[in-house]
Amino acid sequence: MAIDSQVVARVAHLARLRVDDDETGALSERLNEILGMVDQLQQADVSDVEPLAHPLEVSQPLRDDRVTEPDVRDKVLPIAPASEEGCFLVPRVIE
Amino acid sequence: MSSSLHNGWEVVIGLEVHVQLATRSKIFSGASTATGDEPNSHASLIDLGMPGTLPVVNKEAIRNAVRFGLAINADIGRRSVFERKNYFYPDLPKGYQTTQLAEPIVGAGEVVIRLEDGTEKTVRIHHAHLEEDAGKSLHEAFSDGMGHGQTGIDLNRAGTPLIEIVSEPDMGNAEEAVAYARKLHAIVTSLGICDGDMSQGNMRFDVNISVRRPGEPLGTRTETKNLNSFRFMEKAIKLEVERQIDVLEDGGKIVQETRLYNGDTNTARSMRTKEDANDYRYFPCPDLLPVLVSEEEIGTLRAELPELPDAREARYVEQYQLSGYDAGLLSGSIATARYFEAAAEHGGDAKLAANWVMGELAAKLNSEDKDIADSPVSAEQLGQLILRLKDGTISSKIAKQVFEACWNGEGDPDAIIEAKGLKQMSDTGELEKIVDQVIADSPAQVEDYRNADDAKRKKKIGYFVGQVMKATQGKANPQQVNQLLQQKLAP
Repeated sequence: MAIDSQVVARVAHLARLRVDDDETGALSERLNEILGMVDQLQQADVSDVEPLAHPLEVSQPLRDDRVTEPDVRDKVLPIAPASEEGCFLVPRVIE
Repeated sequence: MSSSLHNGWEVVIGLEVHVQLATRSKIFSGASTATGDEPNSHASLIDLGMPGTLPVVNKEAIRNAVRFGLAINADIGRRSVFERKNYFYPDLPKGYQTTQLAEPIVGAGEVVIRLEDGTEKTVRIHHAHLEEDAGKSLHEAFSDGMGHGQTGIDLNRAGTPLIEIVSEPDMGNAEEAVAYARKLHAIVTSLGICDGDMSQGNMRFDVNISVRRPGEPLGTRTETKNLNSFRFMEKAIKLEVERQIDVLEDGGKIVQETRLYNGDTNTARSMRTKEDANDYRYFPCPDLLPVLVSEEEIGTLRAELPELPDAREARYVEQYQLSGYDAGLLSGSIATARYFEAAAEHGGDAKLAANWVMGELAAKLNSEDKDIADSPVSAEQLGQLILRLKDGTISSKIAKQVFEACWNGEGDPDAIIEAKGLKQMSDTGELEKIVDQVIADSPAQVEDYRNADDAKRKKKIGYFVGQVMKATQGKANPQQVNQLLQQKLAP
């Protein structure tokens, strides 16, 4: 798959990244290089290789179902741009 | 697929059901899952997506998901993988929801539902996966004072563990969808993995609906999201089916979209759908390792499974000789089942207990829109009432009066019977006196009775029974009255 300026703009929008119009050309070139390398990887025969979700051959440690976290509300609310009555405030969300 | 047609259209319904797991702490953090507390008081640094934090999976959430998988005879994911579903919304502070996609913890399974006409149907489960809930947006309460509303964000719910149960499109109408949803409710509450409180959003339904002419390929589907009661789900499905058929019969096309249902007005509207809203760019979460569940753990959980709704229903038929229909009704919710069994045990009569729970109690709960768990008449009290019915202390007519008083908080049945003097007259001597009096007061009717043949007498005796019951204010045992009257009226 080839990446053009349009795809770059779309992916940037999905990730909420600001990419100026004069940057998309250079970015798509570089992304295409990366995809070229991925294409090369695709040619490797992996028919007898297990898919990898994580590079470490260990499994997830689990914790007991206990409440251990303190209430940090009074520390985090003041660093939010706006808060009121214990809630974070954001511009009105219209669904 | 269902064979039942709706004005010549076949309806195809699939459900995605979100079930909140009843763990004490969240799925990836040690913050409390308690509800009703101050906003954001249970939003830990992990739930807030602060840099430098690492999620650690709650063992009980894994176990609960496996329990559900075992209950629906599903393949258990011995190895499951958490992924990031990326989207931006204010109640999702991390910018992604940690969920599962390619390797879920619960694979394909099935749930058998029973319909009103007694037939059974199997709904296939595609899979069920573990994920975290989002926070809550409070739209109403906040304003910047200049007429511009703002939205308040409470992240106490963020990170509460959910299982999302995804069915195959096996339901053909609203009734089947509701029966399936109720069955899931019965299963997860019987397992004890979910509190099942619908009003608290413990279970939420997304309904996928499409219609087609029989034999044609599947139609374009819409998704009605976030329904939080069985009744709303039923109404929303009927509404959407009608809408799709109307559109198609007018020559229009169904647009694939997400719809929001409003229960207050019984209307639905299309949610503003961005073109790329569904491009979630899933990828395995690098903060979490694959979760392994051992054969030993699965074996232990299987051995510990509590009685499930199907088994309970079969037991009610076997042990209490209830009809399949009654057994299904009573075992369909864990709260009803617990109540019924306690009442049957205290009253020593399962059939009477079943009749009262499905009759008087259900009607009363219904009319006052109450849950059985909040019934003003406890199972013990109903049991006591049944005891008094059985030992002849009260008649069934008086029992209803006692039940009513008990419902109104006037005390235990025994206390009410005592205080109101509702005991059936057991003193034969006293009853005889009243019977004699009634006979003495009604010479014409006595004459009439004695001149009648046997068949007519059976009817005519009703007059005397009525008079005696009136004189005793309903406290006489009708059978005993009948016997006495027959003896004394015999020519």
